[in-house]
This record gives sequence, C-alpha cells and structure tokens, in this order.
Amino acid sequence: MRHLLSINDLSASDAIGILDTATELARINDGQVKKLPTLRGRTIVNLFAEDSTRTRISFEAAAKRLSADVINFSAKGSSLSKGESLKDTAQTLQAMGADAVVIRHSASGAAQRLADLEWMSGSVINAGDGTHEHPSQALLDAFTIRKHLGKGASDLKGLRIAIVGDVLHSRVARSNVLLLSMLGADVVLVAPPTLLPVGVESWPATISYDFDSVIPNVDVIMMLRVQQERMIDLFFPNSREYSRYFGLNSERMSAMAKHAIVMHPGPMNRGLEIAADVADSARSVIVEQVTNGVNVRMAILYVLLAGGPLEVGSN
Amino acid sequence: MSVALSAQDISRALTRISHEILEKNHGSSEITVLGIPTRGAHLAARIAAIMSSIEGKEIAHGTLDITLYRDDLRLRAPRAIMPTSIPPIGIQGRDVILIDDVLYSGRTIRAALDALGEVGRPRTVQLAVLVDRGHRQLPIRADFVGKNLPTSEKQSVRVSLTEIDGVDEVVIEGETN
Amino acid sequence: MTKQRFLLKGGKILGAASSDFLISNGRIEAMAESISDETATVIDLKGSVVLPGLVDLHTHLREPGREDSETVASASRAGAKGGFTALSAMANTSPVADTAGVVEQVYRLGQDAGFLDVFPIGAVTQGLKGEQLSEIGAMADSVARVRVFSDDGNCVFDPLVMRRALEYIKKFDGVIAQHAQEPRLTVGSQMNEGIISSKLGLKGWPAIAEEAIIARDVLLADHVQSRLHICHVTTAGGVEIIRWAKARGIQVTAEVTPHHLLLTDDLASSYDPVFKVNPPLRTEHDVMALREALADGTIDIVATDHAPHTSETKDCEWAQASFGMIGLETALSIVTKTMVESGLLDWAGVAQRMSLAPAAIGRYTNHGQELAVGSPAHITVINPTKSWVVDRDLVLSKSRNTPYHGYELPGLVTHTFFGGRSTMIDSKVIDRVVQ
Repeated sequence: MRHLLSINDLSASDAIGILDTATELARINDGQVKKLPTLRGRTIVNLFAEDSTRTRISFEAAAKRLSADVINFSAKGSSLSKGESLKDTAQTLQAMGADAVVIRHSASGAAQRLADLEWMSGSVINAGDGTHEHPSQALLDAFTIRKHLGKGASDLKGLRIAIVGDVLHSRVARSNVLLLSMLGADVVLVAPPTLLPVGVESWPATISYDFDSVIPNVDVIMMLRVQQERMIDLFFPNSREYSRYFGLNSERMSAMAKHAIVMHPGPMNRGLEIAADVADSARSVIVEQVTNGVNVRMAILYVLLAGGPLEVGSN
Repeated sequence: MSVALSAQDISRALTRISHEILEKNHGSSEITVLGIPTRGAHLAARIAAIMSSIEGKEIAHGTLDITLYRDDLRLRAPRAIMPTSIPPIGIQGRDVILIDDVLYSGRTIRAALDALGEVGRPRTVQLAVLVDRGHRQLPIRADFVGKNLPTSEKQSVRVSLTEIDGVDEVVIEGETN
Repeated sequence: MTKQRFLLKGGKILGAASSDFLISNGRIEAMAESISDETATVIDLKGSVVLPGLVDLHTHLREPGREDSETVASASRAGAKGGFTALSAMANTSPVADTAGVVEQVYRLGQDAGFLDVFPIGAVTQGLKGEQLSEIGAMADSVARVRVFSDDGNCVFDPLVMRRALEYIKKFDGVIAQHAQEPRLTVGSQMNEGIISSKLGLKGWPAIAEEAIIARDVLLADHVQSRLHICHVTTAGGVEIIRWAKARGIQVTAEVTPHHLLLTDDLASSYDPVFKVNPPLRTEHDVMALREALADGTIDIVATDHAPHTSETKDCEWAQASFGMIGLETALSIVTKTMVESGLLDWAGVAQRMSLAPAAIGRYTNHGQELAVGSPAHITVINPTKSWVVDRDLVLSKSRNTPYHGYELPGLVTHTFFGGRSTMIDSKVIDRVVQ
C-alpha cells in the first residue's frame, strides 16, 4: 500500500492491521516512551489547503513521535493562497524530497489527483478532501469503538452504529460508512432527507429520518457537525428546528442503551447538534477520540512509510 | 536440510542457560528477563519458568518488541508490531537478560539496546540466545549460548517452537559449505 | 490557382452501391459505376464509405478571446480531420457574438482559413446574461447570415425572455438552440447526481434540471409556433419529453453529442477533469436511451460540442477545472462505434444525422445535400474497416482535452473535400488551402 486516499484502498485485514498497530503504539505511548526512531530521516509534509488545526496537529504529533521531519505548508500565506496550482505545489514538494504528503483540501478528489498524476513520488495521505473522504478519521473512530465495545474482537461484528446529521456534506460519514460496514458493523444514517445525498440508497447502511426510534437500539451514536450556514441553502428551516429533531440532548441520551457511547469528530457546534452536557458526559468519548487520533495516525504513517519498496531486499 | 537441535537438545540447552544466568548473577533477585518477539518471547517465558522452579520464586519477565527501532525497515515490506510488556518492577537498575532465538548479524540486538534505552537504565544488559550462527556485522556477543552453529551466509537457520510451530527443533536449510 | 479535379474510384455511396465520383469546379460533375479521366487526380476508395461532408451545429472555436485554447483556423483543421465541411461557432466568445460585428469577424476568419465553412451562432441575449435580446436582426442580415441563436454555456432561463426570443426569430426563419440547465438546481454542480456523485462527494447535477427546461420550452415553442432546438440532450427523461413534443407536432429538434453516446458518469471516479463536461456524463441507462432516440429520429442530429480548454484548466482539482471536451476529430468514429457497429444506424442514417439534418436546422443551404451530380463537392470518406488509436498529443486542435486518449476507435476518416478542394488526403490534413 503506497497511498491512503479512501477507505476503498483498504481490505478488512489491512484496516485491522492498522488498528492492531495503533493498539501497540498506544501501549508504548502510554508508557514512558514518547519518541521512536522509526521514521528518522523521513520528511513528511502537511499540506493543508484548508484550515484544520486539529487534524494537522494530530498528524504532526504522530510524525514527530516517529522521529520524522515535519514541514507544515498551510493555505494562509502560502503560495496556494496566491493562486499556485496544486500541480506546481506538488512538484515543489517533490523537489524538496518529501517522502509523504498529508493533504487536506476543499476539493473532493484532490488527494487522488495528487497521487494519480505522478506529480510526486512519495506517499499521499488524504486528511480530508472536500465532501469525499477522511479515512484517518474513520480509522480512529473504529479504533475508539473497538476499544470500548469490541470485547476483544478484532473487528466490529454485530455492533450497531448511528451516524447522525449532515451526511450530505460529510467526508467523515462517507469514510465511516465504508469502514464500519467493512468491519462488520450495522450502520444507520439518521438525517433530514435534505441532508442525505441522492444515491445514498446504494451505500452499505440503512436510512432513518427518526432519531428517537433509533437511539435505544444502537451501541454508538456518532454526531456530525452541522454548519449554521446550511439553513441559508434551505436544508432546514432554522437551527432550533434542526436541534429539535436531530440534536443529541440529555433527554435523548437517557434513552440510550446503558453501554452505548457518544462520539463526535469535532469541531462541535455545542447547542446545535449536541448539547454541552452530553458532550461532557461520561458516555462521551470525544476527548479520547483526539488521543486515539495520534496513535492511529502513527500506525498509518508506520504502515505506509516504515517499510521500503517491496522490490528492494527480497530477504 | 539437517536437524541441528532436537527437542531434547533444546530443553537441555535452556536448562543449562538458566543455570548459567543464575550462577553469573548470584541468584535471581535483580534479574528481569525480556524476550524479543516472536520466538525469543517464548524462550524467555520458558527460561523464566525454569529459573523460578530452581529458585522457588517468580522471576520478573516480559517481552520487548524492537520493530520500531530496526535499521533495516526500509529494506522490507512493513512488519506487524508485536507486543512489548515490561514487568511491573521495570528495568531501572536491574540486570536485564535479553533472550532471542538466533544471533546472526547483531542488528536485532543493537535495536533492542536502543529500545531498552527508551524504557530505562538497567545496571547490566546480558544476552542469551538459543543459537549463535556467526557472521556478526556489529561488535556484539552473547553471554549465554545454547549452541554455536557454524553456517554459511547462504544457509538459513529455522527455529521451531511448540508454542507456535507445534514442535521444538532447529534445522539448517540451504546448501552447506 | 490550379483547378482541382479529382476522380474518386470504388467508394460506396452511403455504404451501399459503389460508384466513381468526378469532382470538378467545386461540384460533383459525374457519378457512374466506372469513370475514366486522364486529367484528374485519381484516388482509390475501395472499401471506403462516401458521405456528404459533415456539418457540426455546435462547436466552440474560442476566437475571439481565448486563442490560447483554439482559433478558427486550428478548429477548421481539426474539423477537416474529423470529416467536417461546416462548423457552427458558438457565441460564448470574448467579446460575445451578440453583434453583427463579431459574427462577421468569425465568419471571415473561417473563410480566410478556407478548410470549411464556419457559420456563426448569435447570442440570444446581450452578453449571454439572459436579460436583453441581442441584435438578432442585425446578425441575421449580416454577411454571416445567422439563423441559429444560442446562449450556450448559459441557459435562457427567464421564461419571458425565452418566449420573446422564440417569437422574434420567426421573422428571420431562425431557431433558438437552448442549453437546457435550470440554474437554481445546478448551483455549483459538478457531475450527474446519482450513486456515483454520492460516493465521490461531488455536487450533483440532477437530470431534472435539464428536463424541466426542455419541458417548459417545448410548450413555449408550441404556444408561439416557433422553432426550438435542444442542445446536447443527455437524459432518458429529456428524450421522452422531446418524443412527446414531436408527436404533438411541435417544431422541436434535438442534438446529442458523441461523448454522451458513449461515456458514463462512473468515469468521474478518477477525478480526472478530462471527464468533466456540461451537461455532465450520465448513466448507462441514459446512454442507451440516447442511442435509441438518435436511431428512431427523436434526436435529429449529432453535434460535437467541441470545447477546447488549455491544460492548466484541466490539470487540476475537479471542482476547479473547466467544463468541456474536444470532439471534432473523434466524432464520426464514436458514432461508428456506438451507432453503426451496434446496428442502430446505417450509413445513410449517419449522413442524415451528421450532415443533412444539421444543415437543414441551421439553414446552411449549400451544405447537407444528397450526393448527386451537381451538388457542391462537400465529401467525407471513411474507411470503416480501419481502426486508429487516439493520441492527445497528435490532435490538430490547439487543446488536448480529449476523453478518448488511448482509445482504439473504429472507422478512419481518410479524405475530406470542401467545395471541391481536398482538405485531407489519406488522413493527413493539408497545411494550407490554396484559394
């Protein structure tokens, strides 16, 4: 595996391999060891053409713990904001000797373009492309779910997971539907019909417009960020009505199964899709998702970068 | 292919090594045994069991994965990371006995010393191996050796253990000198 | 000036009976089973099909304004390569072809190049803004004799503007060629809305956005009894509406592009913007409906919607890329592949849909005539037994945005004659036309 562009690049055993690696790395990170020499001498570029402090910091921490050299290349003040094309930027990074590029971009497919066009020879890791995918987020979500509810199993067979909110515009939802279903979970998408894409019926998930009927029957409720601006484009009348039908408040939380957990990829809109007391409750694993993000991203970097090209050294 | 060590040979070698470790370290109280996965980890468990039956008390033992410290990662496809478990007593100021199945280039042990350095500062680090096949590329030697097996670089040494392979034996494969 | 005199031997007229053709003085001088003429250049066409010169009703020549992507001259040569003897220059140039001055300029550039006739299409509204009618009469009465009016690239969205335009062009025997795209339903749209767009996270472009405008406009055309032409139909639903309108006797004609007869929306999975086109590639179901409609005459013509773009507007992220693909040089091969090889059309049908009917819609009286003695010698020769491999580095267009790079296509266009002069011989377009 050279790139991580989409969950479709992974088989179930690849995905489990990443989760297992992350598990071992978590154990090491929990101990005294904070830095590993594994990627010493490798250069990883964080190419963030769209603001995302948390994802960039997470990848940066992961790369640094593996001793890689990290170069941050953000949109603001960079040549990307001055109209330089993605192609020119990629060729610059290639000339600088980047072994991997972690790319966040507002255009769906930007990571795949970077990988496909042979503009550069290194690995490409998709850290969120438009409304397409965000595979590292899905892997950390699966890691978090497995840790809490996996009961020692390597996959997520039999778990029921609700993904709630703006599925239409969510790369997190797309990657999670693919990954969680591949790992054996039953996924139900809960959203107003306006925020589900035409064609969603082809996804490996069931659909519900009725959050309350779903809540008692799931092990995980994953809330998606809903942007206030969506109401301008008529996706819902106003934020109050959205919250009334699709917000997770403490009353809804009390209807959840005893063992069920609440997740959110962040950043949260407290009071819109999730109430503050729910986000801060004991059921919420939202802060832990951030911690797990570093371990999972270390595992991704390890799997993509630690091994050499297969043709070298057949022994 | 020829069998270099039978199950009985392995058992005798591990018993002897256990005695030698105890003798050299004047008993077991300061010893932490760490096996290098995968087969070294099982050998470490066996040696710790033999020593504890000799001494009549538990011997601190665990595993130390060195994958993330290897200097040859880029030469191969990525490998799975194996568990590391340091016993609660840790390694600080202790006599650490590293256990591996085969000593060859010495690079695994170099990586193990790096890995150990991140965990703590032992008083001494000693090395016990089931087989030493020569061809060192680094200035590293074993303190305790089950058997020295002179081999050519074209040959390979395969260690099988019942815990993984269902049988205890060491065989040499490939052409002889 | 040397008089060109050609004797074409052994080609099959519309793929049927074989006949020799003697071309002289710009006309077909004689047609018979065997002609001999010692002064003519003899060209052996055994195994080839002889068609009337192809007429494209929908071409973006980019001049004036974007000469870095295409010029009238480069598009003329690309047209000759594809077997065309007439192109229709879309109005969305810079400046927009909304005055007699611009259409006359484009017309003259075509005449100067001399490879084929370039018939300018006039904008329906000033600046393609959809608000005020452009100088339709001045353009119709100009040297360019404009009869086709279109805001292509934009939809004439305002129903009142569309009604007035349809009414006004009746005075000039004109036709409105509508780019059917409901703008509110396609804000930011990137590709066909469906299963593939849902997975790729690219903003969907619903079929209904096209069909709603087609439905409205056939009713308007019926109400004011005027001529309507629907550009690049892409959906099965649009076909149904046009079929219904024709059955009612509404004066509507329609076109389909070669790419919509072959390519489908799953190609967007590569995120390669060479497949980004307006209107978007649709589904297999739509492709089959379009082929059937072209076969049964519901769709009247094939038009290329040849849309050249420079590489920097395609070598980028999908959402930032321009819409459009080039198509002049591959059109007849794609029609061969999708319509002739599948048995849906014979060569007479191809001639009807790529020469006779488009010339009739555009009122290009000197084009699209039957192959007969006395007809203008606009002739296209295709060898259907030969195939060729598309190489974007070898196209004659100034732009390389062909979606067929690397495709092996059936049917090699070998010769093109425009007004009795040879513009392509043995698949090689001549460098310059001797006037």
